[in-house]
Order: sequence, then structure tokens, then C-alpha cells
Amino acid sequence: MTEAIMTATVAEEPPLVEARRLRQWFPVGGSLLQRRREMVRAVDEVSFTIARGEVLGLVGESGSGKSTLGRALLRMTDLTDGQILFEGRDITRLGRNALRPIRPRMQFIFQDPFASLNPRMTVRQIVGAPLAIQRPDLGIAARDARIAEALQTVGLSMQYADRYPHEFSGGQRQRICIARALIMEPSFLVADEPVSALDVSIQAQIVNLLIDVRRKLSIAMLFISHDLAVVGHLCDRVAVMYLGRIVEIAPTRELFRRPRHPYTEALFSAVPVPDPTVRRSRVILRGDIPSPLAPPSGCAFRSRCPYVLPECAEAVPSLREVDGGHRTRCIRDDLVLGRPHGGLS
Amino acid sequence: MPTASALAQPAVAVKIGSGAWRRFCRHRLALFGVAAILLMVLASIVGPSLIPFDSLKIDIRHRFAPPPFEGHLFGTDQLGRDLLVRLLMAGRISLSIGFAAMTVSTAFGTLIGVAAGYYGGAVRVALMRFVDAMLCFPQIFLLLVLAAFIQPNVVTLTLIIAASSWMEVARVVEGQVRSLRERDFILAAEMLGASGRYVMFRELLPNAIGPIIVAATLTVARAILLEAYVSFLGYGIQPPMASWGNMLNNAQQYLGSAPWLAIFPGLMITLAVSSFNFVGDGLRDALDARFDLN
Amino acid sequence: MQGTLGPVGFAMPAAAHAATETVLDVQDLSVTFATENGPLVAVREVSFDLRAGETLALVGESGSGKSVTSLAIMRLTPSASRVKVSGSVQFTDGEGRKRDLLQLDLDAMRRVRGNEISMIFQEPMTSLNPVHRIGDQIAEAVTFHQRVSARAALVRAAELLDQVGISDARRRLSAYPHQLSGGMRQRVMIAMALACNPRVLIADEPTTALDVTVQAQILELLKELQTATGMAVIFVTHNLGVVAEIADRVMVMYAGAIVERGDVVPVMTRPLMPYTQGLLHSVPRLDPDAPGREPLEAIPGNVPDPLQPPPGCAFAPRCRHVEPACEAAVPVLEQADDGRQVRCRRWRAIDEAQR
Repeated sequence: MTEAIMTATVAEEPPLVEARRLRQWFPVGGSLLQRRREMVRAVDEVSFTIARGEVLGLVGESGSGKSTLGRALLRMTDLTDGQILFEGRDITRLGRNALRPIRPRMQFIFQDPFASLNPRMTVRQIVGAPLAIQRPDLGIAARDARIAEALQTVGLSMQYADRYPHEFSGGQRQRICIARALIMEPSFLVADEPVSALDVSIQAQIVNLLIDVRRKLSIAMLFISHDLAVVGHLCDRVAVMYLGRIVEIAPTRELFRRPRHPYTEALFSAVPVPDPTVRRSRVILRGDIPSPLAPPSGCAFRSRCPYVLPECAEAVPSLREVDGGHRTRCIRDDLVLGRPHGGLS
Repeated sequence: MPTASALAQPAVAVKIGSGAWRRFCRHRLALFGVAAILLMVLASIVGPSLIPFDSLKIDIRHRFAPPPFEGHLFGTDQLGRDLLVRLLMAGRISLSIGFAAMTVSTAFGTLIGVAAGYYGGAVRVALMRFVDAMLCFPQIFLLLVLAAFIQPNVVTLTLIIAASSWMEVARVVEGQVRSLRERDFILAAEMLGASGRYVMFRELLPNAIGPIIVAATLTVARAILLEAYVSFLGYGIQPPMASWGNMLNNAQQYLGSAPWLAIFPGLMITLAVSSFNFVGDGLRDALDARFDLN
Repeated sequence: MQGTLGPVGFAMPAAAHAATETVLDVQDLSVTFATENGPLVAVREVSFDLRAGETLALVGESGSGKSVTSLAIMRLTPSASRVKVSGSVQFTDGEGRKRDLLQLDLDAMRRVRGNEISMIFQEPMTSLNPVHRIGDQIAEAVTFHQRVSARAALVRAAELLDQVGISDARRRLSAYPHQLSGGMRQRVMIAMALACNPRVLIADEPTTALDVTVQAQILELLKELQTATGMAVIFVTHNLGVVAEIADRVMVMYAGAIVERGDVVPVMTRPLMPYTQGLLHSVPRLDPDAPGREPLEAIPGNVPDPLQPPPGCAFAPRCRHVEPACEAAVPVLEQADDGRQVRCRRWRAIDEAQR
């Protein structure tokens, strides 16, 4: 009954990160006295692996649970159910003290660079904080050397180390965040919409930085985004989430060439393309995303799916393999879903 | 690829604190308050040595001298003691108690507030209900009861006043810390493996400084007033030592015949309390926008 | 101008009539903010015209002045003590009367807002009062400008909800904003904006905060509504994909000034201004066959500090093709070929080199 865990593409080597049937449910409403409260199934039965140095993209809209998943993976919250293995070790129930030595190896990049920096600390203090916490034995000279190195990796000069966050632009602040994440040489990075809050021209800079960092330091990443184009540019594999479940997961090229789930098709179709000469036939979904409190029975997407069948309401479809490494949660085998980019030649 | 130098230029080169300072300076009452406080502090420290009269020296021949006759700028009281020098000596007491009580209550209140705001849950509920319970005590009665049991001197009075003033600070700090608790930068610190103490004192506290300073300033005003109350009622500083409060008490019987005995101490209390309140208001306006994290 | 009569006797403007008629003529619009650190010029002598029935996209990043431009047209910038607005905005209404919106007194402007010119925003809750039902709020938009009974206004409100694609319109009239999803709230805001059949709709990033599938729905809706009512639309956005989807003409803004303007196809397929070129190259494309994980062509540097603008061309510090003349003086908006305008000294040379 356990879902087949997808093994790492690199043969023999155990995956760096392994998620097994993760569940993150949040209670909603109800009072202290009321026993049964409604549960929002923010993340429901999610399993995947990430190999060393691999970048997995996580795509979805509001209510998909992608942010919750990213945070749960790094143990920012306590999981309702399931297991997380990091470097082969089960970290699901570890307490704060047990996690502390592991923390430097798995880091998080927040969406809002304005909010993720302490406004009362200088760049030096911010980027040096991991060292202050984890390596209090390091002398000032050694610490400054590592701070300078981290800043250089992200393209910032040490001469601005004594400035405060509000003196920098959004893109620069995000660089500071990345420097802080990298200074302890992590093997895994979870980036939660790291470029969404930035201007378009700056997004490209930061995406390039991440590509560069990934190549130089072989860091594995979980790249969470709602922007399919950015994900396609940066990631090796992509997982698409809808209402707390992964509905499709495949290597990037496969997913983009031939999606196997109607939601993925709709997502591609909805993304506006900066080329006015392309006229595509669009799949416009009807209706809104259902409330996570009351997802439709069976396949959660059936209320908006253009290809829905009566069978879709019966049971939650399982994530089945259709091709090498390509899995989908749609019961229909017969669909030929549109090329996402009809006009592209 | 973008060059390091092209990226490294900070977007806005604005000096920190310049905005807050300028905002404070626009607050004319606050500036007046600062000036008045400085004057009072200076006068009470240096003044008594410049005045030829001693605060305790009794001189019956010159009792009830109205100001500014016979060399007594503010007149004398019923025992012929110079009022001005007594006022300044009293100022030393009242201001010292004010600052000391502020320090103790702010320190204690901040600790409680930070802990309550950071830990949340049962800890927060317990601590804040304790704060609420303490706030329920009518302050004056609490003070009087405590003062009745304890030998009233500067130290004990300071502690008693601090004991009834820390709650406001705790409330303010707890509110601020609670709103900061879920901010991304706090989560980021926890993701680095920071301990509770690190997060509370290195990350949260520096961001709550603004409201703490404001609360502290207003606490001084309160403390001075409370000391005056208690001394006025006879349970505070005991004569012959001068305190603005007990000078007022003393002056009660002579309101008709020697009104200056009451006017001057009253004015000093009003001036001191108002000045600190003005400064507190000015700081609140100046620091609010400056420490706005949005 | 004869139009058709819609239901309940409301006059509807004739669609696609007088397609080249100018509805808005903005001349030298400038907006300066008085800040603690000196005057901040947010919009620098922006001039453009908006024709009936067309969609003009205003594209730019932060600091470009695109939002402030749209707010200034609506006279929604902060009060006069902190903001100086100069220039003229000539609005031609349904009867052919021309008025300068910047010269109108506040009462007259209020009669224009929501009536002849409407605006929708990124966050629908800026227009929706959380304690009133949406039906009442839409009806209020009607009764504020037109002498109709409350009942008639509610009927119109139901019509509008229907028009914006909200099913079960009559029942929805009694819903509160918090009971609706983000996409539906945005539709309600559009319904309110359309209540009095405006000639012009100004949309300030209306889909930025929406999920991509919902964004697609809203863009479709806006296109349909525009075709049905013939109104002109100014669409402010930073998303180039959205521009390609809906715009007829596009205006690119940088550091408060227009740097390129023209029909959408030439501007986006063959941009002349280096900034536009940089923008288009830095946007990742949905291309499955792109080789490897190649870096994007990013524009280096940052948007200039509005308090200390560069002496010459505002884009010079970041431009690949910069030469000393560019930094000496601000280039003027020149006429390029095929009806376009570019603010670049070297556009011809750059274009030649890239052919």
C-alpha cells in the first residue's frame, strides 16, 4: 500500500532528502472545549526524493500547499504525519537541540527579502549570525574572512558590510539572504518564491545567481514558485501541486513537452507569453480554486477539469508512473494534452 | 554577468537616525521638555552649592519670608528654611527616585514582556494574567500599604514605586514582541539553530527598543508623581529631608498665609511630570516611523 | 453619438465606433513629491494619448512612475501640500466635450471618477468595504452618479455581476466580500468600475496578486468587456506576458519617463530601446528545448535612486551600449520608424548592429 518512492536518478547513491507520505494538517475553528475541529489539509500524502545536487521545482497556486511543504521539510513546523529523511537520517521528530547541528546544512530562503532581514542588524551581523550561533569558537578575523567570502559569492562587496538592510534594494537584500544561507556551506536549500517579490530585471539576476551557486557548490534545492517559466529555467525536475497533493512530477523537459495532468496543461495554458504574435488556444479553467477546508471528493481537481469523468469522484487517484520518472495523478490514459506552447517553433 | 561593483552600490544612502532626530525636533513641546529636564537636573545637582543657605538650617527670625525678600529667592517656610534650596534638594530626591524606579521597572518589565511574547502559549497566558492581576491593585493603596510596613527611605521607595510601574512596560513589550515573533527574520534566526535566549535578546529586543524607550520615559513621569503622592500623604520621604511631596504636605496649613510654600513645590512637580510626558510623546512620534518594519 | 439601449434603459456606448477618436490626451504630466530628503520627481513630463476602444499598456518596474501616472490622471495622488502635479489631461467625454481633468474642482472630478473614468486596483479590498454587502456597494456606485431608484440600482448590480461572470448573480448580491475568493472579489471590483459605463478604465496591476489560472480568467473577462462596451483601457503592469496578451499599444516607462512607445507587436518583437531589449531578454521563456540551464541575460545594476537621478539618460549606468554622450544630457523622445517613439540616442546604431 505504500507508494513507490521514486529513487534518485543517480544510481546507487541514497537521496539527500526523502519525504514519505507527508501530512501537514492545521486545525481551524472550534474552541478549546470542542473535540472535533475542522482540519485544513494543507499538505496531504506527499512523497518525493531529492538527490544530491539536484534541483526540484515545486509549482502551484494558492492553497496548493507548496509553501507549507517547504517549511515542513525544514522542520519549521511539526508534521502531522509522515517522515522526513535528511542525509539518510530521520529528522521528523527531532527537537530543537537535536536539530541544531543539522541546521547549517539545510537552509531556507524566504520570499520577502524585506521581512527576512533584521532591520536593526548590519549586513556583517546578519551574514555572520550563523557563525555566531554555530561556531562561537571562531575568532573575528576568521569570521570576517568567511563573511567576505559569502558576500563575494553573491556579488556583494565587503565594503558595505556595516550598512543596514533598509539601505539596499530588494535584489541586494535577497543576495544578503542568500549569503547568510550559504555561509555554513549547506547541502540543501529550500527557496520559497525567492524572486517573486522582485522586479523583473532583478529576478533574472537572482535566478542567474542561483544557477551559478548551484553549479559551483553542488547544492540541492527545492525551488518553490508559481512561475512556470522560472522553474523551467532552473530545475531538473518539477512537481506540480494542487490542494495539498502532488498531481504530477517529471523531469522538466518531459513535463514541458508533454504534460500528463489536466491541471498542468491548464497552468501552462494560463501563463501569458511575452510574444504578441503567438495566438494559442487557451484552456481557461472555470470556477475558483476550491477551499482547502472542503476539497472535492475523489480527485480534487475534478470540479474544474475539462476532461472530468464520473469515475473521478470515486477515489483519490494515486500517483502512477506513465513514463520513466514521469508520474501523474490522473486516471485518464487517453488524453493527449496540448503542447503548452502551441505557437513555438 | 553583473559586476560586483555595479551591484554593491546601496540603493539609498540615507543616514540612520536622521529621520527620527528631525521628527523629534519638530515636536516643540518635546524640545521644551528636554530643556526643562536638563535644567532641573543641572539645578538640583549644582544649585544647592551655589545658594548660601542650607536646606536644613532653621532660622526662626526669618520665617515666612515672602519671595524674593531678604535674599531668599523663593521665600522661607515656617521654620525659616530657604525654599529654593529645599526645592532643589527635593529635586535630587524626586528625580533620583524617578530615574531609579524607571530603570528597575523597565528592566523587569522588559524581561517579563520578552519572555511572554517569545514563548507564547501557557507561559504567555500565565505571565500576562499575572501582569493583569498586578494592574488591578489600586496603585496608591498598594503603595501606601507597602510603605506602612517598610521603613520609607529613598531605596525602599524606589523599589515600591518600581513594583507598581513595571506592568505597563511588560504589556507594551509583550505586544511588540508578539507581533515580531512570526516575522520572517525571526524564523530565519531559528532556522540557523539559534537558542531561545539568542532570539529574544539579539533579534527581538533590539526591535522593541522604540516602545521601551517611550514607556520608560513615561514611567519616570509616573514615578515622580507617585513619590509626590506618597510623600504628600506622609508615608514617603520623612521630614526634615525635603521632597516635593512632603513640602506640599507641609504647606497645606499655610495655604492662605504663605501660598508660595505650596505653589513652588506644586509647580516643580507639574513641570517635571509634564516635561517627561512631553518627551515621551515626542519620542513616540519620532521613533514610531523610524522603527516601522514595514 | 447613438448607442444601443441596454436593459432597464441604461444608455450603452456604441462599440467600435470612431475607433481613432482620442479619449485622453495627456501632455507633459509631471508629479513631484516633497520628501524629507528633497523633491522626488516620480513622473517626468509624460505625454501620451489614449484612443477609444484601445488598450494601452503602461509597463515598468518599481520606480518607473507607472502607478503614479495612473493615480495622477485620476487625481488620486496625496494632497497638494506634499505633491505637485503639473501638465494637462484632456478628457473627451461621450458628447465630445473636452476638459482638463487636472483643472477640475474636486466636486467635478468626483463626478467623473467612477462614472466616466473608472479605476481598478491590485488589491480588491481597497475598493470593497468589508462590512457592506457587495450588491449594496455596486448599487452605490450607480446611485452616486445616476438618478435611479435603489431597486433599479440593485437590478443593475445583478446585471453587472452577471456580466463579469459571477454565476447566480441575484443570490450573490447579498454576499459580503470576505465570503468571496480573490478572483471573485476582483470581478466585483470590475463590476463596480463598469457600473456607469465609463469611457476609460484604468487598471493598475489588477492581476498581479492573482493566481495564474485566475489571472487568465480575468484577462479574458477584461477583453470581452472591452469589446462589448468599447471603452478604452490603460493597463498598468510589470508583466510582459500580460502586455502581449491584451495590449494594442504599449508604453515602457523607466525612472519616471517614457522610454519607448508604439504598437505592441513591433515593440515586443523588435524593441529599440536597450532597456526594453534587456527586459525582454531577462524574462525566462516557457521553452522545454532550451539547452541546459543557461543563465538569463540579466540587466546589471539597479533602478536609480529617484532622489539622485543620473545627469543624462537614466538608463545609462546599466546600459550595454552606453557612450559618453548618453551621460551628458537626457535624450529626447524621438520618432523612430513604424510609428514608434524611442528615448535613446543610439537606437539607430543599435538596431543596425542587431539586424
